[in-house]
Amino acid sequence: MVRFENVGLRYGLGPEVLRDLTFRVEPHSFQFLTGPSGAGKSSLLRLLFLSIKPTRGLITMFGHDVATLSKDALATLRRRIGVVFQDFRLLDHMTTYENVSLPLRVIGREETSYRREVVELLQWVGLGERINALPPVLSGGEKQRAAIARAVIARPRLLLADEPTGNVDPTLAQRLLRLFIELNKAGTSVIIATHDIALMDQYDARRLVLHEGRLHVYE
Amino acid sequence: MTDFDLAQSRSGSPNSRMPVPTASASIVPQDSVGGRALVAVVAIMTFLASLTTGAVMLVRASAVEWQSDVARELTIQVRPVPGREMEADLARASDIARRFSGIADVRPYTREESERLLEPWLGTGLSLEQLPVPRLIVLRLTDGADVDLPRLRTALAEAVPGASLDDHRGWVDRMRSMSDTVVIVGALILVLMLAAMVLCVAFATRGAMASNRPIVEVLHFIGAKDGYIASQFQRHFLVLGLKGGLIGGGAAILLFAAGGFAVNRFMATAGGDQLTALFGTLSIGIEGYILILLQIALAAALTAVTSRHTVNQTLDAV
Repeated sequence: MVRFENVGLRYGLGPEVLRDLTFRVEPHSFQFLTGPSGAGKSSLLRLLFLSIKPTRGLITMFGHDVATLSKDALATLRRRIGVVFQDFRLLDHMTTYENVSLPLRVIGREETSYRREVVELLQWVGLGERINALPPVLSGGEKQRAAIARAVIARPRLLLADEPTGNVDPTLAQRLLRLFIELNKAGTSVIIATHDIALMDQYDARRLVLHEGRLHVYE
Repeated sequence: MTDFDLAQSRSGSPNSRMPVPTASASIVPQDSVGGRALVAVVAIMTFLASLTTGAVMLVRASAVEWQSDVARELTIQVRPVPGREMEADLARASDIARRFSGIADVRPYTREESERLLEPWLGTGLSLEQLPVPRLIVLRLTDGADVDLPRLRTALAEAVPGASLDDHRGWVDRMRSMSDTVVIVGALILVLMLAAMVLCVAFATRGAMASNRPIVEVLHFIGAKDGYIASQFQRHFLVLGLKGGLIGGGAAILLFAAGGFAVNRFMATAGGDQLTALFGTLSIGIEGYILILLQIALAAALTAVTSRHTVNQTLDAV
């Protein structure tokens, strides 16, 4: 599904922040992406959600060489990837329902065709009572779940989560992990970028460890 | 905290107590501080640009009117010639002028009128008979008339030895160069004003867009195409620009309409007549109103295009 071959990345004329990355992400797989600060996790995530292109090497996503795709084609490909940002990035002027339904709205679906789907998902993540609330009045955990719901509403084939438990207490972190595991069981490949060793210890999954720009894979 | 139990929650139906949610919110926030400030800037700049346009139109119309007023008149000057009767010469010159087509009115200045013309210089109680002062005949031309001036000049010279024809060419030339200068200066000010409007609107739009950067990024990451994102912002900012333009341009239109109405109303009064003499009827005409409407459209289009450009720049930087 995702294939990196000898991928290198540098910003401008600076040093390579990622070096010779070669790995695959298989369908229905679950992996943690970890490593010390500055190891290149954020850069690798940006490559994975097609925000930047590598300076060398080959990235294939869903069978497409991303270097050859147009902007519109990249946007279409991005719809198969759900992203949960560390800072949630919910739009403050929209209700929880509107935030979560946004990915369906931008692809032109009629609201009547997705309303039930969105409400069910919000109930599933425990936000059934917060459907019409605006993000500024949601707690950190509620925002996190709203962000996860937005990332999965369009049924992506790959879910990327950047430090999803960084702002929540251990109990909620455990619940969020269960949510990701459920999504994975439903068929979505999951990559969770985290520093949280305790979180990784709770679930036996493949680990992608970045160190000084190089990737070590522990199956 | 509600649990995330998949089996339990997926079997549930949407909560019947909750109001049915709708995605009514616009993707771009409708009411923001940046948006309101932008409307104010567009309104002010459109108002000032419209005032400048109107002022230039007024000056141009007045300049043309001054020119044509001067050009519509000719003067025959009859100098006293020893041995000739002045009144007879005046009558003869008037008769000759009347015979020419294109001359609407011939009015020889009476002795009293001529004395009044000289009063500021020579004082009252003057008797022209004691001084060799020329007398004037004012010829008023019909609008658009083409009078055969060389033939009139020759006819006058033959019949009345002391008569000469003054077509005010020197005055008209000076008036023309003055009014042309005024119009050119006005046009330059208008160009500067429009440039200022363009820059202010562009920068204000960029300022208002700055707070929308997170929205552009989120739309980008959830798979919205660049054209979709740009069109959302372009539509929103077109409405803001149009709102500001209509407020500013509308205020200017009302001001000129009120000015025109006031001048018409006070036309017969001394103040009104002074205003009319300087600025005509204070009417900027249909052309002026069309130009103001074009400026409103320009402000709105500029706001929309700048927002699109800023979105594209943001997307390139994401």
